[in-house]
Formats: sequence, C-alpha cells, structure tokens
Amino acid sequence: MCTYVTEKIALDGAGKGGSGWFTVREGLVYVDHPYHACHEHTVNIDFTNPDEGPSARVAVELTEESALALIEAIQKALALAPPGLASARNGR
Amino acid sequence: MGDAMWAGTVTIPGYEQAELEAYLARPLDDRPRGGVVVIHHMPGYDEAHKEIVRRFAANGYAAICPNLYSREGAGVSPDDQAAAARAKGGVPDEQVVGDVAGAAGYLNSLDHANGKIGVIGYCSGGRQTFLVACSLDVDAAVDCYGAFVVNDPPAQFPLKVKPLLSKAPGLSCPLLGLFGADDSHPAPDEVAVLSAELDKLGKEHEFHTFPGAGHAFFSVDRPAYRPAAAVEGWKKIFAFYGRHLAA
Repeated sequence: MCTYVTEKIALDGAGKGGSGWFTVREGLVYVDHPYHACHEHTVNIDFTNPDEGPSARVAVELTEESALALIEAIQKALALAPPGLASARNGR
Repeated sequence: MGDAMWAGTVTIPGYEQAELEAYLARPLDDRPRGGVVVIHHMPGYDEAHKEIVRRFAANGYAAICPNLYSREGAGVSPDDQAAAARAKGGVPDEQVVGDVAGAAGYLNSLDHANGKIGVIGYCSGGRQTFLVACSLDVDAAVDCYGAFVVNDPPAQFPLKVKPLLSKAPGLSCPLLGLFGADDSHPAPDEVAVLSAELDKLGKEHEFHTFPGAGHAFFSVDRPAYRPAAAVEGWKKIFAFYGRHLAA
C-alpha cells in the first residue's frame, strides 16, 4: 500500500547528493514503497534542502530492522562521545 | 498487425495548461486504435510504468504515462520529484484529474486515434483511476488494488486523501477491478463494499480477487510479484479493453 504517512523534521547539517555537498535543512521519514530497494515497503529517509530544489536530496531506503539498528547506532555513538560535542550550540 | 512501435518522452498540457513530461508508446501501423492513460503510483514516474506503457503499445494501443510530479522541475530525477511532491503533501485530486484529461486529449489528437480512452493505475494510481473515471468522460477504467476508495485513510495521514465512494454515481464507464485476496489496503471487505455500491447504482463493473496474491502483485521487480495472478490479470485487462476500446 501507499501509506501517505510522512514525518517531517527540521535538520541542521550537510549531506552529499548527486551534485555534491549541500546544507541539509529538512528530514522526511516515511514507511512506504521504495523507489529502488527490492522490498515491498521500506523506511525511507530523505535529507533535503527545499531552498536548493528537489535534487538537493540524500535518500536512503532501509528495512525496518536496519532503520531500528541505525537509531540504536546513533544513540550509542552519541552516548560514547562527550555530551554536547556535536551540538549546534557547541562552538558558537 | 505489425509489432513495431515508437516510444519516448513527449510534452503534454496538464491541469491549468501546465507543461507535463509524459512517456508515450504507440504502434507504427495505421490501424485505428484506442488510447490508454497509465497513472503511476505514489513513488513516482518510474521504469516499471514505462514498461507498462510499452506493453500496451505492443498490444495495439497508444499509451501514455504523464509524470504527475512534472511541476517539481524539468531535469530533476523522477525519484527526487516524487520526494519533493510528497514533502508538499502530495498532488491534489483535481490536479490529477486535469493532468489525466490532458493526457487523454493528447492521445485523441494522435493519428489513428479512435476516440476511445482507457485509464489504468496501480496502488495510489488505482485510487486515482477511480477518481478520474468518476470525474471525466472515459470509456474503460482499470483499478489495480487502489486503496482508500471506500475507507478513510488513518487519521494521522497528512495528505489530503479522501475516500471516493460518494463519487461513484458519476462513474462514466465500465470498471475492471483487480485485487489480491491477501491485501489489507484494500482488503477484500473494502472491495466488497465498492462492488455492492456499484451494483446498487447499476454501474457496470467486473472485479477479480486473486488468491495467494497481496498488494502490488503485478510488480515484476518486487517480492510481491505473483506470476499466476499477474498473467491472469493482464489477460483480463486486454480482454476488457478489447471490448471497450475497440473502434
């Protein structure tokens, strides 16, 4: 099924897309049919910058297990680093 | 009938005269023929739908798939267009109807067009096929497992997708529905409600629910592909269009 569900979040960082690096401003997360992955449904994550047009996008299509493992890995990596080291407030 | 065809990208007018990219395939012979508008699914204008367009041409029809996300920019890859359209909440129903009307008009303007138009769509395109068939004057429609025709989408869905059952009195043509018995969107009970409503309204329809098949059983590049259902489904599509799109 096409789920139509989309979670949108504001992001601050950078990503490397088809035409090089760009500033990431927004993230979209949705569970739906993938464009490329050979699964019926995947967790699709788009890192985008709407100001730079639709091509400013880094896309991943992950299985549910992979997406959950990614969340866990992010949390572990952050827990192992000094608190606030990668915070947007750091160094400003 | 020869089997040679022309296939490639064309530009057509869509809703409010927007310029749309579209993929066209048509036989090279000079026999009169019907036209088929293929509505792509929500993930976008992809190779699988272009293959479907060529399949119709190989079977004697002029077929076209308009890129419903063309407004996201020329030269942008279709997957990026789809993501951008999704981020904006998807495409409004009235825009889809206008885009399909433009595609149908384009097909009817081609040499050897017999004036008959069929519409077909898969998944979200199945829902949009029903929408189009209830909104435009077309000759035959094929809904392949379109969800949210009868049932409301879950409350948290941010897109403006409404059920379409109230539009059923406007159904302008015979409807072929192809569904999987194991599908949950639409589930067999949702299909049964639609069938009963069309019976009540006296609207011609032919529904088939294939055992052992779930959602997207026509998708040859997906694990959901079910050869038996897909092969039988294609036979039913060509028999249906053969009856309703002939000159």
